[in-house]
Amino acid sequence: MSTTIKPELMDYDEVIERFDPVMGLEVHVELNTNSKMFCGCATGFGAPANTQVCPVCLGLPGALPVVNKKAIEGAIRIGLALNCEIAQWCRFARKNYFYPDMPKNFQTSQYDEPIAFNGYLDVPIETDEGIQIFRVDIERAHMEEDTGKTSHQGGATGRIHGADYSIVDYNRAGIPLIEVVTKPITGAGKYAPAVARAYVNMLRDLLRALGVSDVRMDQGSLRCDANVSLRPSADAPLGTRTETKNVNSLRSIEKAIRFEMQRQAVVLAAGGTITQETRHWHEDTNLTTSGRSKSDAEDYRYFPEPDLVPIAPARQWVEELRATLPEPPTVRRARLQEAWGVNDTEMDSIINAGALDLVVATIAAGADDASARKWWLGELSRTANDQGVELSDLAISPADIVAVETLIAAGTINDKLAREVIAGVLAGEGSPDQVVAARGLGIVSDDSSLLAAIEEAIAAAPDIAEKIRSGKVQAAGAIVGAVMKSTRGQADAAKVRSLLFAHLGVDESA
Amino acid sequence: MADLIHKTAAELAAVVASGEASAVEVAQAHLNRIGAVDGAVHAFLHVDTDGALAAAAAVDAKRAAGDKLGPLAGVPLGLKDVMCMKDIPTTCGSKILEGWRPPYDATVTARLKAAGIVILGKTNMDEFAMGSSTEHSAYGPTHNPWDLERIPGGSGGGSSACLAAFEAPLSIGTDTGGSIRQPAAVTATVGVKPTYGAVSRYGLIALASSLDQAGPCARTVLDAAMLHQVIAGYDPHDSTSLTDPVADMVSAAGTRDLTGMKIGVVKELGGEGYQSGVRQRFTEALEILSGLGAEIIEVSCPHFDYALAAYYLILPSECSSNLAKFDGMRYGVRAGDDGESSVEQVMARTRAAGFGEEVTRRIILGTYALSAGYYDAYYGSAQKIRTLIQRDFDDAFARVDVLVSPTAPTTAFKLGEKLDDPLAMYLNDIATIPANLAGTPGMSLPIGLAPEDNLPVGIQIMAPARKDERMYAVGGALEAALLARWGAPILTQARAL
Repeated sequence: MSTTIKPELMDYDEVIERFDPVMGLEVHVELNTNSKMFCGCATGFGAPANTQVCPVCLGLPGALPVVNKKAIEGAIRIGLALNCEIAQWCRFARKNYFYPDMPKNFQTSQYDEPIAFNGYLDVPIETDEGIQIFRVDIERAHMEEDTGKTSHQGGATGRIHGADYSIVDYNRAGIPLIEVVTKPITGAGKYAPAVARAYVNMLRDLLRALGVSDVRMDQGSLRCDANVSLRPSADAPLGTRTETKNVNSLRSIEKAIRFEMQRQAVVLAAGGTITQETRHWHEDTNLTTSGRSKSDAEDYRYFPEPDLVPIAPARQWVEELRATLPEPPTVRRARLQEAWGVNDTEMDSIINAGALDLVVATIAAGADDASARKWWLGELSRTANDQGVELSDLAISPADIVAVETLIAAGTINDKLAREVIAGVLAGEGSPDQVVAARGLGIVSDDSSLLAAIEEAIAAAPDIAEKIRSGKVQAAGAIVGAVMKSTRGQADAAKVRSLLFAHLGVDESA
Repeated sequence: MADLIHKTAAELAAVVASGEASAVEVAQAHLNRIGAVDGAVHAFLHVDTDGALAAAAAVDAKRAAGDKLGPLAGVPLGLKDVMCMKDIPTTCGSKILEGWRPPYDATVTARLKAAGIVILGKTNMDEFAMGSSTEHSAYGPTHNPWDLERIPGGSGGGSSACLAAFEAPLSIGTDTGGSIRQPAAVTATVGVKPTYGAVSRYGLIALASSLDQAGPCARTVLDAAMLHQVIAGYDPHDSTSLTDPVADMVSAAGTRDLTGMKIGVVKELGGEGYQSGVRQRFTEALEILSGLGAEIIEVSCPHFDYALAAYYLILPSECSSNLAKFDGMRYGVRAGDDGESSVEQVMARTRAAGFGEEVTRRIILGTYALSAGYYDAYYGSAQKIRTLIQRDFDDAFARVDVLVSPTAPTTAFKLGEKLDDPLAMYLNDIATIPANLAGTPGMSLPIGLAPEDNLPVGIQIMAPARKDERMYAVGGALEAALLARWGAPILTQARAL
């Protein structure tokens, strides 16, 4: 836990009244290529430390990079999906600075010649006037290599200050990254934090649809840095910005930007100035703390990477890649809404819950569309909310939902038991079939065991049984209820009822 | 076995192939020679006796099994210490890499091994290939076999001296601004910087990536051509590697008649600042070339005057970045890690302790030249000059087939003479630097001794990019004519050993 004292914050409505927020978002996306950006090493997440390395990604003396064509392809497809122009000719550049997790003490990146530039992404925002489209302009999307991962050991905070020593895992070093940088986002006003969240969400959906990245924020395959500044009014010059790093979930993006707006507003309202600096977002305390000041920022001494030849993507190749782009999100939304026959409100809630891709995948796996929507928007959305995680991060797959539906259709479980099955899957107890078996959740359909339960219930309430025999069929509810209770709900109530009447020799329809 | 060490590589390959001597005998003869003279020459930083004998034995076994041997199988070679060789100490002449053994072979190393060439060890060099005298080696200088008080050139002084001292018939050099050609000139050996990209840089520890090029060093043009054919060719591990098929350098080296060949003499390389004996031998060489049928034409390359200035911005800039990785964190020497200090402090102490003065000078120069606000004026301007120099070459090669100049302005100077005057040291490479900036090939070939000091003089032959075979043609013809005139190889006159 961070021990930082929470700074004074201005009331959000007052911030909006007095200031105009401007944002700039930098999103780093790890591509899911099989091999690294400049060598043939594997890229899988979670391998033992320093097992996916070679002379190239370890930056050993003499080793040279060779560009992974699949990474260029991914970068171009991302650029095209973001409506960018694709460079006719571009180069890599070296960004020079010393840090132990960077094997060469320079990062091979792109500087003034990005592969993609001048694009935009239209983002739907829920406003007081309903859903509105907000256009986020894209400055550039460029390629670079990821660094290794440093863990600071022995300190209280896990940060470098106060640590006893640090260990570095170079498995991540050289994994292809695409950095998508927006132009300054203005005009969002009070919706600024929501725009940021919706933009990253939309970008994530887009990248997932492109199939170029796992886009797992919790695993770091999608990372967002948020630049925030305030100015007195929309026609005033841009204010000094801070860059908040370590924002690793959609809700954190929204919260971190809101926090920075409220924090900066207090400083500015008191006549102070904002320090241009890097700040760190703390998920646990919901606040940002000061990191490195940019006033003593390093000079990265960029220059064109002499070990790599320029990249000049053939126009025909670019057009071939354009043809592989998935359906644009807005078009897809309209198509699905019509196919499912749902209204705008329900469609909005599906999208806002981050459930669209999951519902589509569940239908594709064999569920009917109404039940797919029912599970993801109902039970699962509530669970995700309770746990404070994204829907897609829940430990349940579309295939699991289909399996649950299949169990219901077969009469093995009922709706109520299905919720328990899903709880078991979420708890990591295995597939729905395994959960049913392990928890003994199947509906009791064996007549003899049901009859035994019925006889037990009659013995416990002989007067009620007498009433039924005498024709008061509505009294059967009490016995059925007792049987359901004794079988812990795992019986089919209708069946219990008919067995009861048969047992008592009463005509049910009487 | 009689006198194996004075044979050429081509002769030794024939001796091994015919069974006249085994590869092990050839290797042992050279190891013995190293044992006898290297205390005085100091061409080698590391001698891999066991590895060399094992490689030679493998060649002998292959021959015994009736397998086909490569054209240079069983011939010994000295490998410049800038080239990675698996499990063999590779230091670049620097303290900062003391004790480091690469876990992989450079592409050049791998090709040498595959060809059955016997690598005797690693040759001395100026630290990280920065220098023209090998005096900047952290392990002490190499001495010129012509006069042990004099420099053997640099940075590849070990690779040139081992040839002139008959410790090896072949060696590998690398040339960023003249580090193959200038040492060849001052030791009366043959050194070739191929076209940029002709030989893979994978495993060559970079000085300046856009200038570095590995190449063959030998005592004859034919031997250099044979070694060139072994190490050249496309390598998928080097993005800047040329995909062209390798031309037949060996056939070109057999050229004896230069009729129809147009040879350009670069006006800007050879006037003021060039020693009189150097100019005299160069003029005589032109007469011989003319006698072989070549047409000699004076050409002007006006931007060559700016080559040195541009080079000393581009090289330090690239090297400041290339050498950043040497920080003591992952390999090599670490200094000042007392358990109390920050990682930045340990990195700084390691670099301060590990790098020599010349390396430090160039890292500081390059760091400055790339800094925000200076980039355009320094690195940017230098790149423009580089383009102008390339155009000078293009214009010249539109008129002539090859260009020639003296390789170096002077013969070998005395150890210590220029150590405190970096600018005087840098001027050694004034004639060789343009080819590095343009990526074009260059060869140095001995053309006699300067009358005033009886020390070797070299001619530089430069060809258009990807036309390396033209240097071998002109060099082969000139060498044959000179040999006929001298009656014996020039190195027989080197009497210091």
